Amino acid sequence: MWYGREETMQNDELKAVIEALLFASEKPLSVEELKEAFEEKLTSEDIAESLNGLKADYQNQNRGIRLFEMAGGYQFVTDSRLAPYLKRFYQEREKKRLSQASLETLSVVAYRQPVTRADIEFIRGVNVDGAIGTLLEKGLVKIVGRKEVPGRPMLYGTTKAFLDHFGLKSVKELPALSEYTLKDIEPHLLPPELKMVEGAVSDEAEEHSTEVE
Amino acid sequence: MNYKVHLDIFEGPLDLLLYLIKKEELDIYDIPITRITEQYLETLNLMELLDLDVAGEFLVMAATLMQIKSKMLLPPDPVAETPEEMDPRAELVRRLLEYKAFKGAADKLRDFEGKRSEIFTRFGVEPELSGSDSPFLEVSLFDLISAFSLALKNLPKSDFHQVEKDEFTVAEKVHEIFHRLVKEPVIYFSDLFKSSKNKFEVITTFLAILELIRLKEVLIRQDNHFSEIEILRNVVRA
Repeated sequence: MWYGREETMQNDELKAVIEALLFASEKPLSVEELKEAFEEKLTSEDIAESLNGLKADYQNQNRGIRLFEMAGGYQFVTDSRLAPYLKRFYQEREKKRLSQASLETLSVVAYRQPVTRADIEFIRGVNVDGAIGTLLEKGLVKIVGRKEVPGRPMLYGTTKAFLDHFGLKSVKELPALSEYTLKDIEPHLLPPELKMVEGAVSDEAEEHSTEVE
Repeated sequence: MNYKVHLDIFEGPLDLLLYLIKKEELDIYDIPITRITEQYLETLNLMELLDLDVAGEFLVMAATLMQIKSKMLLPPDPVAETPEEMDPRAELVRRLLEYKAFKGAADKLRDFEGKRSEIFTRFGVEPELSGSDSPFLEVSLFDLISAFSLALKNLPKSDFHQVEKDEFTVAEKVHEIFHRLVKEPVIYFSDLFKSSKNKFEVITTFLAILELIRLKEVLIRQDNHFSEIEILRNVVRA
């Protein structure tokens, strides 16, 4: 593709501005937030394109820094191949791994949100008071409302901290529940919601897949 | 000495059933209910022997298994409304499959968590995950209990009964294991029990390991499922 000289300049300029904005920012910035920095009318696509270009530049030049999208925002992060050095130098910054109980509870919340405590307990077959308490305390789940059924139980959902902990852009990025293939079991034995979930998560993920990769 | 271990790492009866199905290489769609019930109850007995808190859910599942077992022994109901009687195991299988799917999803999250830990952000924007959580185990508690069961079976049989006073305490065993770990980098789980004189010592040793796990002093590792379990010192990050 042939670009005019001026247009090329403009693209490079846009990338440079975005790079500077992200560098000076004290938090990750979303495409919408970046758009506000420009007076001229730029579309989200323009910004996304520049972000992709910038991302590729860092990748191609094999720098120690990468542009990374996580929890709905862009930020500069270290390249994972350098992890051994960073882990040694910043020992206190190493993140704690979650326990199996926390992780299983979290996976039910992530895929079934908004979800009640009783729903989670039905799937896991154990009391989840402790696990939910831990996850709330860590800010990985939050109360998102109440279910309009007798008792009005609280509904739980995942947070931005959840996306950050697992390095995800959004919950749409979660892989479809695997092994949900129940082909060997009589279909009439399956409750309807079981078939729905598998379809729902994967379909949605495709529909809403982000433009920026 | 009343020593109750509170380890919040039970993933519940469904997890135990999946574990047993995998260990015994059973077909999840055609579970031999008699065999699985026996195995399940045996594990529960071991847990009780260790005086571990066996949550009520484990007992409910035991009752469910026995109910399914008795239903399968009965001839099909001649006056049943539906000609094709539902397999009494169907609901259990459905729950197991559903749980397995979420367990799979949890494994994927574990992978993501690992990949994410390779990345460092600027200005430490990663939110600090404060608060308590149970220790993360490389090995499931069921693996440990299986190994414990083996250690019990390998005990020398004594012909006469003798009344013994409590020779061993968990606190002493904790020290013993810890001191061994200072000298040796890795201890094999089974080696810990080789010198055990009686059942009480085996139990005390096992409780000491659980206590060390709880205190996050040791790491438990297993290279393959059902292979030898290794105990390592959890090197404190200064």
